[in-house]
Amino acid sequence: MRFIDEFRSSELAQGLVRGISRHSTRRARLMEFCGGHTVTIMKHGIRQLLPPTIEMLSGPGCPVCVTDNADLDKAIALAGIPGVILTTFGDMLKVPGSRTSLQEARADGADVRIVYSTLDALQIARENPARSVVFLGIGFETTAPTVAASVVQADQERICNYRVLSLHKLCPPVIKALLDSGEVRLDGLVCPGHVSAVIGSRSWEFISRDYGIPCVVSGFEPLDVLQCVYMLVSQVERSESRVEIAYRRGVRPEGNQRALELMNQVFETGPARWRGMGQVPASGLRLNKAYQRYDAELAFDFDPGPTLEPEGCICGEILRAIKTPRDCQLFGKVCTPASPVGPCMVSSEGSCAAYYLYGAAE
Amino acid sequence: MSDKIIMAHGSGGKLAHELIEKTFLEALSNPLLAKLDDSAVFDFKGRLAFTTDSYVVKPIFFPGGDIGRLAVCGTINDLAMSGAVPLYLSLAFIIEEGLPREDLMRILTSIKATSREAGVQIVTGDTKVVDRGSADKLFINTAGVGLVPKGVSISGSNARPGDKVILSGTIGDHGIAVLSQREGLSFSTALKSDCAPLNGLVAEMIEASSRIHVMRDPTRGGLATTLNELAAQSKVGIRIEEEKIPVRDEVRGACEMLGLDPLYVANEGKLVAVVAPEDAEAVLERMRRNVYGKGSSIIGEVQQDHPGRVVMKTRIGASRIVDMLVGDPLPRIC
Repeated sequence: MRFIDEFRSSELAQGLVRGISRHSTRRARLMEFCGGHTVTIMKHGIRQLLPPTIEMLSGPGCPVCVTDNADLDKAIALAGIPGVILTTFGDMLKVPGSRTSLQEARADGADVRIVYSTLDALQIARENPARSVVFLGIGFETTAPTVAASVVQADQERICNYRVLSLHKLCPPVIKALLDSGEVRLDGLVCPGHVSAVIGSRSWEFISRDYGIPCVVSGFEPLDVLQCVYMLVSQVERSESRVEIAYRRGVRPEGNQRALELMNQVFETGPARWRGMGQVPASGLRLNKAYQRYDAELAFDFDPGPTLEPEGCICGEILRAIKTPRDCQLFGKVCTPASPVGPCMVSSEGSCAAYYLYGAAE
Repeated sequence: MSDKIIMAHGSGGKLAHELIEKTFLEALSNPLLAKLDDSAVFDFKGRLAFTTDSYVVKPIFFPGGDIGRLAVCGTINDLAMSGAVPLYLSLAFIIEEGLPREDLMRILTSIKATSREAGVQIVTGDTKVVDRGSADKLFINTAGVGLVPKGVSISGSNARPGDKVILSGTIGDHGIAVLSQREGLSFSTALKSDCAPLNGLVAEMIEASSRIHVMRDPTRGGLATTLNELAAQSKVGIRIEEEKIPVRDEVRGACEMLGLDPLYVANEGKLVAVVAPEDAEAVLERMRRNVYGKGSSIIGEVQQDHPGRVVMKTRIGASRIVDMLVGDPLPRIC
């Protein structure tokens, strides 16, 4: 199939693997920030092909996983308000909050609906003028523009019963926080592909400049990732640190101007809570003054209750890349995709789920 | 005659009789059914295979089939996977009031065509009508009986190390065809469900070899789940090769877009056979001559190593575990 097979070619993959092995003499710890990359790496068995000099760490780039329990509780509480229809992407349904999940709330009678696009949520609002439709805004810079577009559309059509619970998060600030914490030493960063398509590869320049870490933006096919690793290794071996793109068919240095404009039109940055990392300044998006009436948090009076964390779960440390799923005592025993304890086992892009589903052959 | 099914059609009274005579009997008539006794009575000699299944597919009409064809094929295939020759089926309908009679007729016509194609008879049935909202348009339950020929012993626990794993064609066609019609997700595709009765194919396979150890149709949960079931039941490992598993471009494209894995997407007209290595080529060759086995290929083999596990050699030359499906596969978030 065009645009897929080319990027999964066995011959080209073997060629890149040989190139990486030939070049790599120094130990290199590379982090794939994005959960999508973790899945590609595990699903295609890329780790087994890399030389022992290269260690791949999984980063915090799974929007479902980094959503804090306090924020999940808010969504669940909102869903319980009579008259509210909570719309969400499917991944969020099963994630356990402090006490329950959206899936359980739905079984208890809350009106929780899965949508595939924010515009579907808007359609539900049009069709149910007497109800309040809340869209659960989870995701990074990739998702935020589509949510912004729905708010702008609602505003143009004067749809007054549509609101957004904005839990959107920004990637560059959290990587900065991770590096500033000093907990993780990195020799290279596999930068997220779709996030970079929106914000542009230039957004990573501060990492190569201020921290001396090579950055390469990668796509999500196995050859993309191998090419990216090859480019990172080349920089490491030459003691360079630059931002490069191994995903030119999707990413430009300046990003997607139209998407960025939409985000800026609707959102402003503010602090956000990240699971495992606590509050990170200027790492979240909330609706700005002009669009505040679409903010679900301001529109309803609700009490999410006290926040509880699951006992024994080390999702936080896994997201900070200081532990791996196999370090967790619950992994594969108490915590499986069928009965997940922490969010990294729930999300299809969570590290624990990827390790569990694809990893045991290693 | 009302053009919609109403509650009274399930009352057991006059309207119910009219529905049975004008609709069901007209479409499905055969001597055993036409007697309208409380049960169908027939002679039988030999080993009996008996199975039941319920069908709740949404939407009830989809590209390449409908709930009626699905119900008949599903039950026939379950019988065929035990090596049985399917003979008689029962059909029980649970209808939501308001279902257009025309829709019911279309489904019955399709049931008739499918059962004729497969050479089975519908010999007993039932109809209930429930309030609007208590069912979703139409649910069907079917049961079926079949005769297991002498000497045939096919079971999920019979796979042995060295056996070859044969797949009868492309995977994921049914699941993606149905998904493409779902509300809120509709996308246009030329893809059709593979929904088909496989008893003819199975009969030819059994004719070609007496060393078919396992057969199973990878329906819900897809190929990955079926292979895991077989590995666990037979206490063996299964190794497959990604490159050898046929997937249509339309299915791959849709799966890429939705974040699904074709290995976990449902099929309704495919089978997996585990065959002794010396007979594998003969079985394969025979399968390829059947319309429902044209795309057959050997996708892997049974191993002693890692019992209960399925391992796949990936396209780029590494290997990974293929686990069972967990929960519903949901489209991804970003």
